[in-house]
Amino acid sequence: MDAVHLKRQLITFTEQLFREGFLDEQFNQLQQLQDENNPNFVVEVVSLFFQDTERLLDELSKALDQANLDFKKVDGHVHQLKGSSSSIGAQRVQRTCIIFRNYCNEKNVQACLKCLQVVKREFALLKSKMETLFNLEQQILAAGGPPSI
Amino acid sequence: MVLQRTFARYAERTAFERPLTSGVAYAVRVLHSEREQFEKHQGWTIKRMDILEQKPVHKDDYEPEALEPSPVQEEYAPVIFAQDTVSHVISLDLLSGKEDRDNVLRARASGKGVLTAPFRLIKTNRLGVILTFAVYKMDLPSNATPNERIQATAGYIGGIFHIQSLVEKLLQQLASKQTIDVTVLDTTNQSYPISMYDSSSNTSDNDLSYVSMLNFGDPLRKHEMHCRFKEKAPWPLLEMATSTGILVIALLLGHIFHATMIRIAKVEDDCRKMMELKKRAEAADVAKSQFLATVSHEIRTPMNGVLGMLQMLMDTDLDVTQQDYVRTAQESGKALVSLINEVLDQAKIESGKLELEAVQFDLRATLDDVLSLFSGKSQEKGVELGVYVSDRVPKILIGDPGRFRQIITNLMGNSIKFTDRGHVFVTVHLIEEVMDSIDVETESSPQNTLSGFPVPKRRLSWSKFRSFSQEVPICPSVSLISDPINLIVSVEDTGEGIPLEAQSRIFTPFVQVGPSISRTHGGTGIGLSISKYLVGLMNGEIGFVSIPQVGSTFTFTAVFNNGHSNLGEFGGPQINTQSILSTSEFHGMTALLVDPRPVRAKLSRYHVQRLGICVEVVPDLTYGSWSVLNCGMVKIDMILMEEELWDDSSSSLPIFLNHLRDNDPGAVPKLFLLTNSVSSSRTSNGTTTAIPSKPAVITKPLRASMIATSLRRVMGFRNRTDLRNGETSRLALRNLLQGRKILVVDDNDVNLKVAAGALKKYGADVVCENSGSKAISLLKPPHQFDACFMDIQMPVIDGFEATKRIREAERSFSGEYGRGNGSQDGKAVNCHVPILAMTADVIQATHEECIQCGMDGYVSKPFEAEQLYREVSQFFASQTN
Repeated sequence: MDAVHLKRQLITFTEQLFREGFLDEQFNQLQQLQDENNPNFVVEVVSLFFQDTERLLDELSKALDQANLDFKKVDGHVHQLKGSSSSIGAQRVQRTCIIFRNYCNEKNVQACLKCLQVVKREFALLKSKMETLFNLEQQILAAGGPPSI
Repeated sequence: MVLQRTFARYAERTAFERPLTSGVAYAVRVLHSEREQFEKHQGWTIKRMDILEQKPVHKDDYEPEALEPSPVQEEYAPVIFAQDTVSHVISLDLLSGKEDRDNVLRARASGKGVLTAPFRLIKTNRLGVILTFAVYKMDLPSNATPNERIQATAGYIGGIFHIQSLVEKLLQQLASKQTIDVTVLDTTNQSYPISMYDSSSNTSDNDLSYVSMLNFGDPLRKHEMHCRFKEKAPWPLLEMATSTGILVIALLLGHIFHATMIRIAKVEDDCRKMMELKKRAEAADVAKSQFLATVSHEIRTPMNGVLGMLQMLMDTDLDVTQQDYVRTAQESGKALVSLINEVLDQAKIESGKLELEAVQFDLRATLDDVLSLFSGKSQEKGVELGVYVSDRVPKILIGDPGRFRQIITNLMGNSIKFTDRGHVFVTVHLIEEVMDSIDVETESSPQNTLSGFPVPKRRLSWSKFRSFSQEVPICPSVSLISDPINLIVSVEDTGEGIPLEAQSRIFTPFVQVGPSISRTHGGTGIGLSISKYLVGLMNGEIGFVSIPQVGSTFTFTAVFNNGHSNLGEFGGPQINTQSILSTSEFHGMTALLVDPRPVRAKLSRYHVQRLGICVEVVPDLTYGSWSVLNCGMVKIDMILMEEELWDDSSSSLPIFLNHLRDNDPGAVPKLFLLTNSVSSSRTSNGTTTAIPSKPAVITKPLRASMIATSLRRVMGFRNRTDLRNGETSRLALRNLLQGRKILVVDDNDVNLKVAAGALKKYGADVVCENSGSKAISLLKPPHQFDACFMDIQMPVIDGFEATKRIREAERSFSGEYGRGNGSQDGKAVNCHVPILAMTADVIQATHEECIQCGMDGYVSKPFEAEQLYREVSQFFASQTN
């Protein structure tokens, strides 16, 4: 596949991510921070976000599994996740976190568990989409196209 | 239960149906085991009657309290109800009286009416007979055994007859009293006949008497009536006539007794039915309230679940149509929940379970919140919405903010619902203020209102308040309130008003003005009745004045406690942090408010002053108006102008601005237009591009926080108006940050990386740390770093705490070098490292809080170039120059 075609595909795909609310304006800001001094900035940050989120989701699952639920701890984790997701512009994850925190404050275990499921699903979705996005960028580079940003 | 009063009144009213009884009484059957409870319930003890019979007392000496209580018996028959004429027999035990006991026992065993032998009646000492009837708990078959009857007895009804008056009445009816002597004897015991009535003066002459038997319906008692002429032996014809007459008397007497017995039985039966019905009605009412409360609660809980899930669904991958469906479902769900809440409140009120909280709250912030709630609606309708709180109302009050909000929301909601032009205006004053100014208000013109539309005279809405008619407004019953604040709140609208015929029932639950209202505007119609109740709980009153097609004003009073009088008692966290506006950044500025309408100017001034801005008001910008101001002395930072004046002032504004510039060349006041609706502000923006300084628009309803945001947006660039777009500010940022050594502290790795990335982008030399303690150890004077960006919410040592410690270290350091005051000095700059807070939400850390712990400012977390520039330029600018 030629670079121009791939490029078009990338643009369509990115547009779709924005339209479906997976990403917001903050991701654009992030992309603007990437330059020749810092060529892999976006991938680095997003990978860090993936690692961090996987760790947090793990901790959340553990925390919510305890018989004696520590809502403060759960809230702390969700706060972290909310902060990092808003930093990279992962809008849907961030919004779910806001709802999650509300239920945390209400100490509603059932809803919290439900939220965790939703966050996990949202995160998995986002991760696969972002991997597709990065793959496309790699392919463009490999096909001799200019770097996307 | 039927009360004595009810019974007495009923017996009184129906007395004409039994003209010959002098009183009716009802006694109940009480077993000894039930005596204690019975006496407790009635509030008196069962009294004995026999002593009274043995030593008859004189009429006037009769004292029921002095009677001896009844000794222990197997059962009692205390009188509980009596017609007023014989009310003295209440509490007497019929079974303790000799004649009565006999009567009662016979009556209940036989199921028929029973007469006593004639005896001296208690208190009146007149001769009488008592007709007794047993009342059974159930319908008995006619062949029931005496034992069955005794078991089924509930009580006894007694009719009291004064023999003397009885016979006299009858004879009067025959108009022959003068000529006939009548003697009535009770001959049950043949050897000792008892005289029941004797009208003759001498009874010796017995020859010419006529004797007839009387039957009063009691087979065991025999009565005879002896009649004779007073003067001489009658002629046979006369004798015949007389005996016929006597026969008639006898028949009549018998008939009357019989009819009386039937009447009494019927009355008793009706009475029992009424009691039964009343009991059932009361039970049904309690059951209804409980049912409502339970059902409402049971619906609300799952409904909240539904709403939560809808919210989540909303954030999933939906197409436009699906989103629309979800949004509609959510709106409907919310409407349902608020309706359920209302019903629940009503049920709580009916069962008396509604209680108020007592927490500290900021009244102004609460009102701002409510205002925000309705801002969309008012802008959509083009209705001017405003809240004004008098300066004399304390900042912090103690009371129930939620319920206060509920009242305000209800009243404002109604007002907005029914108002299509003009305004909705909420005012809060102390009652004392309003009382002082009552006279002033009556004089002011009715057109001087927020929107210029006439309104009904406000004071009429509280004309019926008790606290105003009596000169003492403070409710003395509220002993809990040590420092009471008596508020009077009015919600004024220029809506369609309440039809006169509906005004009287406006506070009745579930009543709406007309059936069409609920169809057009929805709602259950219990909001106002709930509000009235809540106002009552706050020791206040509510009233209104309404003129159809002009408008309505609802006014209520409420008593709160002053929040400053006992701060230690109530915890601080309830206070809405939003209320602590970052006033400091505008403090000391001066605004010129251009508004010809005094009421509206007062409202705008109130909100702007809350930001610490000094406000001067002029009606317009003609020379005559502003020349009275000391424009040369006071630097005017901003001009706030009502939108309607904009077009007229196109000529006067430049002159005014020039005048300002002449006085102070650096003075470039920012211009703001105050506008009502979103749409009109757009058009005004479009048409006014010709004017040199394009005005910013502040959309009403005015709220301090919202004005602050607008001002910040525009004033933030007050010295660098050239930096309009992001590109230039990015360039400027690069200039500022190039080569700076900056420490970034955040416990979230992703945030840390993004923040560092942003600062690096502008050429800064960034060091990252992830805890407050590491920041403290790195930021020790003399400083290596030019600035620090710090997250506020971190575990162990948060941003505030870390900053405080760093500042402490700086103070002791500068103290050592004796240069505590040398901030202009090159060396001393190192003694103070600029620290900026990084925070996601503005509420969490206000400007004020940041300043208090020694920070220099804050930026919202996802870095945005303009904002970053604005903050950083404050302390880096001087160094680049």
